Amino acid sequence: MPYGLLAPEIAVTSLGLVVLGVGLLSRPRPHPAVRVLAVSGLALVLCWVALTFTRQASFFGGVYQVDSFASFFRLLFLSAALLVLLMSGRYAARFGPRLAEWYAFLLFATAGMMVMAGSGDLIALYVGLELMTVSFYVLSGYLLADARSAEAGLKYLVLGALSSAVMLFGMSLVFATARSTVFTAIAAAVAAPAPSPPALLAGIALLAAGFAFKVAAVPFHMWAPDIYQGAPTPVTAYLAVASKAAAFAALLRVFLAALPGQLPDWQPVVALLAAVTIVAGNLIALAQTDVKRLLAYSSIAQAGYLLVGLSAANPYGLRGVLFYAMLYVFANVGAFAVLTLVEVDTGGTGLDSFNGLGQRAPMLAMVMTVCLLSLAGIPPLAGFAGKFYLFAGAVQAGYLWLAFVGLLMSMVSVYYYLSVAKAMYIGPAERTAPVTVPSPARLCLWVCLAATLAIGIYPGPLSALAQVSALLP
Amino acid sequence: MIGISHYLLVATALFAIGAFGVVAKRNAIAILMSIELMLNAVNINFVAIDRYLAPGGALGQLFAVFVIAVAAAEVSVGLALVISIYRQRRSVNLDDFNLLKW
Repeated sequence: MPYGLLAPEIAVTSLGLVVLGVGLLSRPRPHPAVRVLAVSGLALVLCWVALTFTRQASFFGGVYQVDSFASFFRLLFLSAALLVLLMSGRYAARFGPRLAEWYAFLLFATAGMMVMAGSGDLIALYVGLELMTVSFYVLSGYLLADARSAEAGLKYLVLGALSSAVMLFGMSLVFATARSTVFTAIAAAVAAPAPSPPALLAGIALLAAGFAFKVAAVPFHMWAPDIYQGAPTPVTAYLAVASKAAAFAALLRVFLAALPGQLPDWQPVVALLAAVTIVAGNLIALAQTDVKRLLAYSSIAQAGYLLVGLSAANPYGLRGVLFYAMLYVFANVGAFAVLTLVEVDTGGTGLDSFNGLGQRAPMLAMVMTVCLLSLAGIPPLAGFAGKFYLFAGAVQAGYLWLAFVGLLMSMVSVYYYLSVAKAMYIGPAERTAPVTVPSPARLCLWVCLAATLAIGIYPGPLSALAQVSALLP
Repeated sequence: MIGISHYLLVATALFAIGAFGVVAKRNAIAILMSIELMLNAVNINFVAIDRYLAPGGALGQLFAVFVIAVAAAEVSVGLALVISIYRQRRSVNLDDFNLLKW
């Protein structure tokens, strides 16, 4: 077997261990090389994945799959991790002597996500999922001096473990019907045209509830705003983009690779979840005055748009899910990078912290505006192309009402995204000193801006990449 | 004669008790214990299904071993977080943790 194709997972895990070791050796102050090591290691792995993108292999009788779907999501997770590491420099100084472990946990979470995207078996999926979420429990509670951070960590742990248990119970029921945990074997065992047995339906329902929790779909979203607000801002950024994308990767794997025969059973449920998520996420976001919490509700709404693509379950919609997940990384990390810099500068994340940013730091204000408008889906930015694919897929699948709900709510979302822009450009400016932006964060901002503009104006290459990578039922 | 349905009933009851505990208990330690109950209900399911419905392989047992290992990791992180929050608030009652809107 071509074990070289497993190199990214192995490399990221070992990189995490090395970073942990270097951090332990250079106590009490972590050596500055730790960050360089983590960033350059991730960049190398990213290049390796890009170079081996077309190579595919199935390991251990289908338990682990390295296909273009897995590679697409590996690219996504690695880019997100790199951007978050680049933009977190000044904020991460708050972690003091525990900085090296912070990098290590970020890397372990990334390794878990890659295992989720590549899993071809329920056990592998579960282990990857837990590697990711347990790392995030620690990361959310990482600011020991901040009471809100510890509270966020504990709440995430309680609700995350609860949802994992629900999902596991669903897996056990699927296992009972299919007598296997490998996706291809499950698909073969339950493919019979007869109506699905009740145990299988119950299993699918519990699995769907567990995944809905992980992607923060309404009505399983209650945890998201609290944890997003309490967690350290770079962790929130990573949680919002990468952990959501990883949960979607696993969701697509399970529903399209293991349960394609049950499509008529789960399709309407997913469509309903998508509609409720889009409406509730956008409407609650309207009332927010804290930008971090606003972005949390916005990310709930974005999960709803992604669910639209899954409920369409046709090539157009599924390509849209991958396409949208990728551009969402750049737009959201860009917005969170600006938020992190503003928080370091002003000490707050409220809407008033952004007052006068247009004069103090024109570049930050511009990146924030472009990223938020992309999230709202304004042409010619990337979000427009992504929503076009998702809603076109829904229309093709006969969910005209769902596309209509999505379009209507996208228009509503422009209001709260622009409220941030309003504060930045015409809000009363109490401060006038320019905001200092370190060069790694500057690089991150430029990459996010360039990618959001480039994908919007010329969506062809990413769209083609998403098309070859999409899983089909 | 004890059969698969008995095991599944016990597991489902245990799962429901655990879920009730997570919702009803306010003490963080008790909630962690309730989550353990839910995970062990899943383990009973896996082992029983493995024994009665999918004999020959050991997939269910394997899954149960993984669940046990992951649950141990989860609970150790959970207890660490409880200690960290106890140092600040002198409380492990979830109702006292109200800085964030729950």
